[in-house]
Amino acid sequence: MAKDEFKEFKLVGTRPDRPDGLDKVTGRARYGADISAPGMLWGAVVRSPHAHARIVKIDASKALAMDGVKAVVTRADFPTGLTGDAWNLQENTMAGERALYDGHAVAAVAAISKTLAEDAARLVEVEYEILPHVTDVDEAMAEGAPVIREGAADATVPEGMHPNVVKYMEFGRGDIEAGFAEADLVKEHTFKTEAAHQGYIEPHACLGQLGEDGKGEMWVCTQGQWYIRKMCADVLGLDGAQLRVTPSEIGGGFGGKTTIFMEPLPLALSKKTGGRPVKIVMSRSEVLRATGPTASASMDVKIGMKKDGTITAGRAEFRMQGGAFPGAPVDMALYCAFAGYNVPNLEHVGYDVLANRPKCAAYRAPGSPMAAFAVESLVDELCRELGLDPLEVRMKNAVKSGDQASYGPKFGSIGLVETLEATVAHPNLQAELGPNQGRGVAVGYWFNHSGETSVSMAISEDGTAQVSVGTPDIGGSRASIALMTAETLGIPYEDVRVNVVETGALGVNEPTHGSRATFASGKAAVEAARQAIGEMCRRAAKEWGIEPEAVEWVDGAAQPAGPNAGEFPPMTIAEIAGKMGSTGGPISGHHESVPEGVGASFGAHVVDVEVDPETGRTTILRYLVVQDAGRAIHPAYVEGQYQGGAAQGIGWALNEEYIYDDQGRLQNPVFLDYRVPVASDLPMIDTVIVEVPNPGHPYGVRGVGETGITPPLPAIANAIQDAVGVRVRQLPISPPRLLAALKAKG
Amino acid sequence: MARVQVHLWSGLRRLTDGAEAVEVEATTVGEALDGLIAAHPGLEPLIEAGVSVVVDGEMTTSRHQKIGPENEVYLMQRLKGG
Amino acid sequence: MSKIHVTTKVNGDTVEFLADPRETLLDCLRDRLGLTGSKEGCGTGDCGACSVTLDGTLVCSCLVLGAEVQGREIGTIEGMGGDDTLHPLQRKFIEHAALQCGFCTPGFLVAGKALLEKNPNPTEEEVRYWLAGNLCRCTGYDKIVRAVMDAAAEMRGEAA
Ligand code: FES
Ligand code: FES
Repeated sequence: MAKDEFKEFKLVGTRPDRPDGLDKVTGRARYGADISAPGMLWGAVVRSPHAHARIVKIDASKALAMDGVKAVVTRADFPTGLTGDAWNLQENTMAGERALYDGHAVAAVAAISKTLAEDAARLVEVEYEILPHVTDVDEAMAEGAPVIREGAADATVPEGMHPNVVKYMEFGRGDIEAGFAEADLVKEHTFKTEAAHQGYIEPHACLGQLGEDGKGEMWVCTQGQWYIRKMCADVLGLDGAQLRVTPSEIGGGFGGKTTIFMEPLPLALSKKTGGRPVKIVMSRSEVLRATGPTASASMDVKIGMKKDGTITAGRAEFRMQGGAFPGAPVDMALYCAFAGYNVPNLEHVGYDVLANRPKCAAYRAPGSPMAAFAVESLVDELCRELGLDPLEVRMKNAVKSGDQASYGPKFGSIGLVETLEATVAHPNLQAELGPNQGRGVAVGYWFNHSGETSVSMAISEDGTAQVSVGTPDIGGSRASIALMTAETLGIPYEDVRVNVVETGALGVNEPTHGSRATFASGKAAVEAARQAIGEMCRRAAKEWGIEPEAVEWVDGAAQPAGPNAGEFPPMTIAEIAGKMGSTGGPISGHHESVPEGVGASFGAHVVDVEVDPETGRTTILRYLVVQDAGRAIHPAYVEGQYQGGAAQGIGWALNEEYIYDDQGRLQNPVFLDYRVPVASDLPMIDTVIVEVPNPGHPYGVRGVGETGITPPLPAIANAIQDAVGVRVRQLPISPPRLLAALKAKG
Repeated sequence: MARVQVHLWSGLRRLTDGAEAVEVEATTVGEALDGLIAAHPGLEPLIEAGVSVVVDGEMTTSRHQKIGPENEVYLMQRLKGG
Repeated sequence: MSKIHVTTKVNGDTVEFLADPRETLLDCLRDRLGLTGSKEGCGTGDCGACSVTLDGTLVCSCLVLGAEVQGREIGTIEGMGGDDTLHPLQRKFIEHAALQCGFCTPGFLVAGKALLEKNPNPTEEEVRYWLAGNLCRCTGYDKIVRAVMDAAAEMRGEAA
């Protein structure tokens, strides 16, 4: 795109009230659990208390004998013969021969009230034969570990590995040994991160109805209604188009609501009750036990550095378990590991490993935070030992547009250098530090994603515009899409209404994931608006009796393009729209594509901490997020993404973890024990929005949602070392763990 | 048709007789993928399961995208996000 | 199990419902009275999404039984603003972009209002500690705290 296309904008970059704000501050907005239907039943799920067990027998007769209990479903009610991902989803929705983790669903009940359904679920008798289990990634791939599923490995896994290794990958470049030989200092360490949950405050909820005829409806909180449709159709053997899925408002997702967990169960139960609607709302403990957290990771990293800070070689070997199914994001983690650095010699090796834990789901920049924890921690250790400034070292090795990325192809337009420059210039770096206080920095990366996108737009008779998008609004995307549409049409922001619509209303859309909503739906909305503008120019041209090419669109009105086109006063959008019925019919635009031109986003974080040497508690004193947004359409919501990502990363770094006992049972499936940051744990989170416009988007947008969760993990570990001189290479750095490390140091 | 070099990740070497980059006859991304499968049938399940193709640093979104010998073409694991 | 008849006041209106003895006030508000503005995030008193006032005291409605509220006065998010006005907190939350997904928002607003009634001039630290029982996973709290401080300033008649 030519530079001058980034002219002054009227609306892009402003901070108007979000269109759904009023509904959300008055309690009117309807989330997953907020809808009921006539004749509705409630569902409850029976879950395995064992980490790994053969299901010998399920006896539901006592439950079914209760007055008001209408149906019980087990795996026997599902179609057979599925393969690949569809089989994995079905097996996770409802256990077949074996329960594969603590919390795995084995049966579901529908009854006339919620309490009755829960009572009935307790009366379903399941006989188990307990099997050996494994929950730790390194143990799961060691010789003699219990086999979760024979034959689950794909073609990438070399012979001789444990059957729990289901995917293997390696890639690299240069000569790794020569690279290490060139270095003045080579360091190698093992790093571990525990699984963390997305922790959205809204538990999964779904109201489903399915008739004998195979036609069904769903009301569900999801990041992607078409994904839900396809997955439920696959799992239940339905035709996709017969299932109509309406997304509710969504109370957070962060990747965890891009897939299904219990969502097919209301449909299966409904079908067994003659098509009565069934609602299931998960409890928090069900969310933590049985919906996807992220993977846990065990990572060996080796880096060589010269005295001047040049990184000569890097090696990363990552092992990740993502539960009892393939899909740990080890590939993404490896791609991100050295993405910020120009390193000539690299080697990456990765293992995706099965274990007796819930099926992992995407979590904000999946894989990247773990990779950053390992690599950015080790880079910091090297800087410390060589007496180098960590930001200067990152600048010295920083990748620039056109450089060959660590994962292979060359980068498009990226803004890491600009991000680092803005970081160095920030006043937080000048703040004085006291005793037991320290400062840490780290860099993070995410690719961002495009995906199938379908948007339609229609002009109303009064010249206002409605936009239908398929990407649920999780963090203000209605506002950003309305801003871009209004900017393009040249009308006020308030004249645009953006609706998130059901699957019957548009072509297929991928979910709101991969930081794509503002990029992809936004780009498609701009295209749709341009189409409508073309039509309105044609109508004005007809009215004036001139060629359509002689008409241009300026500030929400058609006008003759230059003096040769003729002398006509501008015809406003309201005038054109008012006559649409007699000038050719409705005026609309639509756009379907997989938009090209995704822009990747780098971020740098700086954190100041204070460690209490008596308790091992870490307090965040100051926090700075600097990240490239391409262009911030609604800066307040860009800042919100930066702050929210940082807070989640802080939680992962300091407190959040999945704790299993020796029976493989999750020990902390409540918020009291799975401790996410609260307001008193955090300071204000300072943000700097760097804008290196993405040439692939009409307004320069890069995705901004994900990168921000990545740097906090290492930045905090680095700050803790700066404060008290101990290096913790395992997350979370909870008070007991840090206290133990301090004691060991003496 | 022109010969296009497709860079693979090296873990696939076992399936490509040791090659980390494979030359195929292709004018589009789709032809390149088909060409890879024809040359190394072991790649089929992986390609069918979903891969990303990056041309000159841009994630491609269409099998019909034109490519030629002058383009840098990388095969990557499918990318998405949270 | 037989149900208990409860008469109580919600947002100034007298209402009646039948509660299962095990049902929480939150269940009754949502499923018996159709007041779905209060949310369940945990059901164990740890997230504050279900915050309401009971005779003026801030409580987690998931920890109160429906049968307990006979003859009491309950305030929920639905009653926070006037008939056609928003409470300053509601306005400031929108203005400051203090919500992303908005699921935690009703709880924060109800809790924030209770705070400002007790302490019209809270420090940032006081706001953070008062709201520590309300979880927000989206915002990192920064804009929430700013919105509460700004609403407090406005309510005290200070220019923001
Ligand atoms: S639902 Fe009551 S505190 Fe979480
Ligand atoms: S805005 Fe989503 S939980 Fe607070």
